Amino acid sequence: MKQKRVIPGFGLSIGVTLTMVSFIVLIPLACLLMNVTKLSIGEFIEIITRKRVLASFYVSLMTAFVASLINAVMGMIIAWVLVRYEFPGKKIIDGMIELPFALPTAVAGMALTYLTADEGWVGSLFARFGIHIAYTRIGIIVALVFVGIPFVVRAVQPVLEKLDPSYEEAAGVLGAKRSRIFWKVIFPEVLPTLFTGFGLAFGRCLGEYGSVVFIAGNKPYETEIAPLVVMSKLQEFDYESATAISLVMLVVAFVVLFINNMVQARNAKILNGGN
Amino acid sequence: MKKEERNAAITKWVLIGITILFLGIMLLLPLIVVLVQAFRGGIAAYMSAVADEYTIRALLLTLEATLCAVILNTIFGLFASFAVTKFDFKWKKILTTLIDVPVTVSPIIAGLIFILLFGRRSILYEWLKAIHIKVVFAVPGIILATIFVTFPFISRELIPIMEAQGKDEEEAAALMGANGWTIFRRITFPHIKWALLYGIVLCTARAMGEFGAVSVLSGHLRGRTNTLPLHIEILFNEFQYIPAFAVSSILVVLAIFILVVRSVLESRGKKEYES
Repeated sequence: MKQKRVIPGFGLSIGVTLTMVSFIVLIPLACLLMNVTKLSIGEFIEIITRKRVLASFYVSLMTAFVASLINAVMGMIIAWVLVRYEFPGKKIIDGMIELPFALPTAVAGMALTYLTADEGWVGSLFARFGIHIAYTRIGIIVALVFVGIPFVVRAVQPVLEKLDPSYEEAAGVLGAKRSRIFWKVIFPEVLPTLFTGFGLAFGRCLGEYGSVVFIAGNKPYETEIAPLVVMSKLQEFDYESATAISLVMLVVAFVVLFINNMVQARNAKILNGGN
Repeated sequence: MKKEERNAAITKWVLIGITILFLGIMLLLPLIVVLVQAFRGGIAAYMSAVADEYTIRALLLTLEATLCAVILNTIFGLFASFAVTKFDFKWKKILTTLIDVPVTVSPIIAGLIFILLFGRRSILYEWLKAIHIKVVFAVPGIILATIFVTFPFISRELIPIMEAQGKDEEEAAALMGANGWTIFRRITFPHIKWALLYGIVLCTARAMGEFGAVSVLSGHLRGRTNTLPLHIEILFNEFQYIPAFAVSSILVVLAIFILVVRSVLESRGKKEYES
């Protein structure tokens, strides 16, 4: 039943690929799992249900969720503006979107901290009303919004570009108002990719470390995110706790990835089915 | 009808205003604050911070790690995307998922797995010690972490392009008797060269800026295992704001350069694709 491969080079390319995947990804991850199995189930549960650890999970999930929600709304607006409107400076704005990928997170975190501290350019405006950004959960959300901007914009943009204008025209001819056309015709088409963008940003925000450490202030129970707890456990050479907490983070990351892939596969099916 | 048009114009400019305001505050302002703060003490203070011995050593280590990551990941990316797109085999889906794992894993976990694999508690530790190789809290660890976090960056750019191109051309060439290297050089490579270049640019950006994973594996020894982002963190935490921002400005300029290269490459690729 073996199908003959026409193109040469399968053995070499799959060999190199598998070797490198094993050494860089598979073996190190397996090592993490092996280290977890050294703990008994009771010990594992004891570690991950400590108050401080649970609080950090909550802070991580909450801030990542709020930041991704903000990014979903803003990303939708930005993508819409970039696809539908012409205005001076559009090219520059389009090019800027990827800045969070290009700028090291530590630099971003530091600059945002400096800006949003009570005596900073932006922070001083808010401090007058008693709102503190840096060193609070709001600060964490600001940093995560920065990190997540490109995900939603770049997910929604191509879909908006490819949207068939004939449906909108038909709705317009039938007398639908612009807002109605948007909510009834355009938005349902974009919603699945908006969700994908949200999921990607959420996944990224859950693990984010570099930009958050500067701005968070890292107070236990208040502004301590899960990656930071792992880091402090490592500095105390408490590898058991670090590994156990990491496993929980890893599982959550995979669940987010899995849900996202399912939504994406469904989208692809709908899109291809339409052709 | 007039009123509808006027409303549409209002909506347009309100949305453009929101976009510019949001991106101006979230993306542009952090860049401006870095550059302003860097030069606050004058050119002399800037130069002394940038030309500082520890800064230059950190820059060299960053370049070393980046170069290793880019070379290795380019080789991997080419082989992996060739294997995945030009051949059919079992478990392909699992392989592509595994390749993507490093971007979904928190950088802290990326650092942790290499500590578990090569650190004091690993079975490899004694063996490595016997041949005088130190991985954790040393340069090899930093390089490994950098390779891990940027692992899929090039294959991710190549796979969609090669998938879209299909394999008919390669199969035709193979049937006419071309060998693997000729097929790759004459047929596959011309299609992917811009995507490859873009992948390399992205990989470089991320490798130079990686913070979390490197921070776990670096012993934070000034002048020995400090990369540029780690050096910035130390300066910032010591309240040496002018040097911290001065060193950051190098990375800011680099990020802007990367964004410009990206948009040039993208329009190049599009033009060639259309013609």
